[in-house]
Amino acid sequence: MSFIVAQAITGLASAASLFLIAVGLSIVFGVTRVVNFAHGSLYMLGAYIAFSLVSVMGDSFLGYLLALLIAAVAVGLIGAVIETALLRRIYKAPELFQLLATFGVVLIVQDLTRSVWGPDDLFAPRMPGLDGAVDILGHAIPSYDLFLIGVSVGVLGGLWLLFQKTRFGVLLRAATEDRQMVAALGIDQRWLFTAAFVLGSALAGLGGALQLPRQAASLSMDLNIIVDAFVVVVVGGMGSIVGAFVAAVLISLLLAFGLVIFPQITLVLIFLVMAVTLVLKPSGLFGKPEFATAEDVRNPDPPLRPSDRLARIGWLGLLGVGLIAPLLFSDFGVVILTEIAILALFAASLHFLIWGGGLITFGHAAYFGLGAYGAGLAVFHLSAGMAPALLLAPLAGALGALVFGWFCVRLTGIYMAMLTLAFAQIAWSAAFQWIDFTGGDNGILGVWPSAWASDPTTFYYLAFVVCAAMIWALRHVMFAPFGYTLRATRDSALRAASIGVDVTRHRWLAFTLAGAAAGVSGGFFAFAKGSVFPEVLFVSTSVDGLVMVLLGGLQSLAGPILGAIVFTEIETELTRLTDLWQLALGVLIVVLVVALPRGLAGLSSLFTRRTLP
Amino acid sequence: MSDHALRITGLNAFYGAAQALFDLDLEVPKGSVTVLLGRNGAGKSTTLKAIMGLVDIGAGSVRVDGEEVTGWPAYQVNRAGVGYVPEERRVFAGLSVDENLLVGTRVDGRVTRSWTVERVFDLFPPLAGLRDRLAGQLSGGEQQMLTIARTLMGNPDIILLDEPSEGLAPVIVQQIAATVKTLSAEGLTVLLSEQNVRFATHVADRAAVIERGRVLVSGPMAEIAADEQVRDAYLTP
Repeated sequence: MSFIVAQAITGLASAASLFLIAVGLSIVFGVTRVVNFAHGSLYMLGAYIAFSLVSVMGDSFLGYLLALLIAAVAVGLIGAVIETALLRRIYKAPELFQLLATFGVVLIVQDLTRSVWGPDDLFAPRMPGLDGAVDILGHAIPSYDLFLIGVSVGVLGGLWLLFQKTRFGVLLRAATEDRQMVAALGIDQRWLFTAAFVLGSALAGLGGALQLPRQAASLSMDLNIIVDAFVVVVVGGMGSIVGAFVAAVLISLLLAFGLVIFPQITLVLIFLVMAVTLVLKPSGLFGKPEFATAEDVRNPDPPLRPSDRLARIGWLGLLGVGLIAPLLFSDFGVVILTEIAILALFAASLHFLIWGGGLITFGHAAYFGLGAYGAGLAVFHLSAGMAPALLLAPLAGALGALVFGWFCVRLTGIYMAMLTLAFAQIAWSAAFQWIDFTGGDNGILGVWPSAWASDPTTFYYLAFVVCAAMIWALRHVMFAPFGYTLRATRDSALRAASIGVDVTRHRWLAFTLAGAAAGVSGGFFAFAKGSVFPEVLFVSTSVDGLVMVLLGGLQSLAGPILGAIVFTEIETELTRLTDLWQLALGVLIVVLVVALPRGLAGLSSLFTRRTLP
Repeated sequence: MSDHALRITGLNAFYGAAQALFDLDLEVPKGSVTVLLGRNGAGKSTTLKAIMGLVDIGAGSVRVDGEEVTGWPAYQVNRAGVGYVPEERRVFAGLSVDENLLVGTRVDGRVTRSWTVERVFDLFPPLAGLRDRLAGQLSGGEQQMLTIARTLMGNPDIILLDEPSEGLAPVIVQQIAATVKTLSAEGLTVLLSEQNVRFATHVADRAAVIERGRVLVSGPMAEIAADEQVRDAYLTP
């Protein structure tokens, strides 16, 4: 019994920071409808800024407390800069663009933080006055844990008062329900949005600062916490303060007890809670379902036309360039070409989902990575040759997509994006933690092509032919009855359903097909690199894919190919030129979303009315 | 200053790529009660939304009391003196009656016709007993009263009412009609869209018939009502 109490207190203390960051995310989403990926970065900045302040003024309890509060305020101000400089320009952009732009901010903040504070973890001293322990039922409970619980309950109470008893709070609640109506009643939304964002940022900063005495400030804080925060917000219900609190407590308790009972599968537990919640109540425990209104009906994309003569010449030209190219380059150039062919298929499979199905996925790396691991593990454990391993890759990708997709396609929009991301992160941490099977951080080495394909040029032609055939097949599906139906579900799920289309099943099939295609490219990727590391499953791989798709332009089937070419070139050059390539990539993403939302192919249509096929 | 509370010239409005209004002209004299008549989808609601800046405007101009407000964001149009009561009421369902009124209240000190919580409760006595009730739990008629009251709290000079009688019981429709007359007597200019012809002829002194995004004919209510062609095509219930 006493053990349960002690464990519960530990869980509740962890819930404090999780609640602070999740509630901030939720408030910002409620008012602005933007899911801020960079919210975890603000949390991280809170910890780093607090570290610097504590080292100056943290000798007394009050000085330490003041340092934490100043850090929160500072992060709030940084939030004000981000909102006015970036978010304001993308409030009307599609959800995917918003997520991507804020991910650009994640990359920028990562590199800036590394430049300022260095790459090493920073340990702060404990808080004076709260560095001891309290005896509760025979267990020594850190007094700082009790302090944290007190703070989180205090913040919950403060937020309740703010939202119920002040005009500002009433306006925030009103805007969460109907922004347009709030504007029509004479409220300047820009001010309201900035204020909500500053509030959310300060809460994230406070959450990060408060973690400092328990945990070192590190560069991995941002993405680690944001995935947990997504889970909390999705379980609790987007936009709900009480929901964020209940879900943070629920998940933290589950983790605290799960760690004791089944230490290996805590992640699976969290995922199960999220999956069950979303299937039973898609809008979360305390969320309200979102109804499509007349304003939400998306502008239909221009219809997809079969290639005309010019387009056919374009495709054939591309094919010809692909066939001739290796003759013109050195071995290193051929390696890059191989990567381009592989990534073009990855991008095309992502484009198939996003543009063809209107399915916003932020975790496509899962299926690419499963393909890579499928091939790699077959070589490592079964001593399989290249051909059978490559055949296993699409199966692994498709199986993953079949299972994860069953949950994901039941949701739409931002909820779907977050669930796909959560699944991908779960796959990533499984690869990372299941060391006996996957080699963990050390990866799987020695995944080399068979002797007959070991020459870079031969391997290039193999990869090129298979990937080109797969891209052609995906394009063919787009023009098949299945593709028409899929595009109908994208343009209006309701109308498609009312003419007898099983929307969920079509989306599920599309998801699985895209998973298989991503698996193929992942399999080739493993053999091209000769190794598989957990990074192939990481969110940054998903984002790379999204950048390729957006770079090439969403509305053209050639877009992902163009995007893969340009992206690989840029990445190769940037990593050669600068250590701050994350910063550069982040800036590229932000610029792309703000200035060039239709991608490079869109750029070409500025000059000519004819778009690429 | 201008004789017209509202003057629209050559207005083109769009929902995305679809054009909804075509070179629409409309004048609303100060102190009048003007009704927009027309079939479903003719462009009545779009006209009101376009005035508020809630749809995309291509060409054309909207002037409020002589001031050009075309392209202004909704909150600025509101602050220029235009109150908007949308179709289907759109109360803030999770907010209490008092809180709904608070959202509509102006805090920048504009006091031309100072509406207060007490005065709107005088106008709509049923609301007075429901101050702490969530707006989502009110009846349709009560919600309609609340949206009008909420808009009045901003002290508008012109009030736009989109289908105020839609979906309401006849006795409530009579109350809303009486309210419109009261507001007009207070000096407010009223522009409403309506499909209920009896309601329209009862409250309005001017009318404009809209069809396919254009004004076909406009003038004093009596003249419009007397025009046989118009009456047969648009005013027969």
